[in-house]
Amino acid sequence: MQNRIKLIFISLLLFFCFLILFEALKKSNIYVPDKVLKKSLPKFKSQDLDLKKEISSDELFVDSEFYLLNIWASWCLPCRKEHSILMELSRNPKIKLIGLNYKDKFTNAKKFIDKFGNPYSDNMIDTDGTISIELGAYGIPETFIINKNKKIIKKYIGPLDQNSLNEINIILK
Amino acid sequence: MKIVRFFFIFLIFLNFYNLSYSKDNEILKKKISKNIRCLICQGQSIYDSQSDFAESMKILIEKKLNEGLNEDQVYEFLKKRYGQWITYNPDFNKNTFILWLLPILLFFVGGAIIVRKLIVQKL
Repeated sequence: MQNRIKLIFISLLLFFCFLILFEALKKSNIYVPDKVLKKSLPKFKSQDLDLKKEISSDELFVDSEFYLLNIWASWCLPCRKEHSILMELSRNPKIKLIGLNYKDKFTNAKKFIDKFGNPYSDNMIDTDGTISIELGAYGIPETFIINKNKKIIKKYIGPLDQNSLNEINIILK
Repeated sequence: MKIVRFFFIFLIFLNFYNLSYSKDNEILKKKISKNIRCLICQGQSIYDSQSDFAESMKILIEKKLNEGLNEDQVYEFLKKRYGQWITYNPDFNKNTFILWLLPILLFFVGGAIIVRKLIVQKL
């Protein structure tokens, strides 16, 4: 009788372990940080791509209801894909687009903007990638939607598409 | 003349102080980078990884240490941005308590089994 109880107990334990491991197999083992942060925008200072002078985030994030901060680079292919979406958003007066040029060469960045158009009101430079880390980004492109209280209300990892454009338009309404 | 000599001695000491300070920071930077996971090459620490993200992270850690943040403050700063997962050393909380307590529990259960067997053998 005691042996039978032992057998049942061990079988149940093994089944339980199997179930946990089996469920874990279905989960992706690639970690992605939380998308909605609802955190305040960190303060940072950087050079402006066009003006070549240092500007602080306090000077940039003023006089708009919403802001879109987009991390981009000329060498990043998905950035080209989302550029038309950014151009479309730049026509909306409710949102101010700010670019953060990530680890790029000045001439290449300029060429990119000249070729595809400039959707940004201001473009900042992140030469060593540390501003992006301050923001909580880990790859490009990444886009943050920020409200007038300087809180990050939405974050997009990867290129923006039609769905994200619709989502942003809903936020702006 | 005495004042000049004193000034030079002071300068030499100041240099030594700076040297040891930057050396301490270098060791701490190494230690922290070994404890931070790379989000691009997942499974590697940023110390081992050479991805753009890891390189930027190393620069940021150095900047934060130079700003005067200590080891725990740097971890807190990164956890706020990337979550608990970013460190190899998870905190004790409601999500991780099994991870921390299970080995201790197994140790005691194993110990109890061994002790019980020894007592039975002696009898």
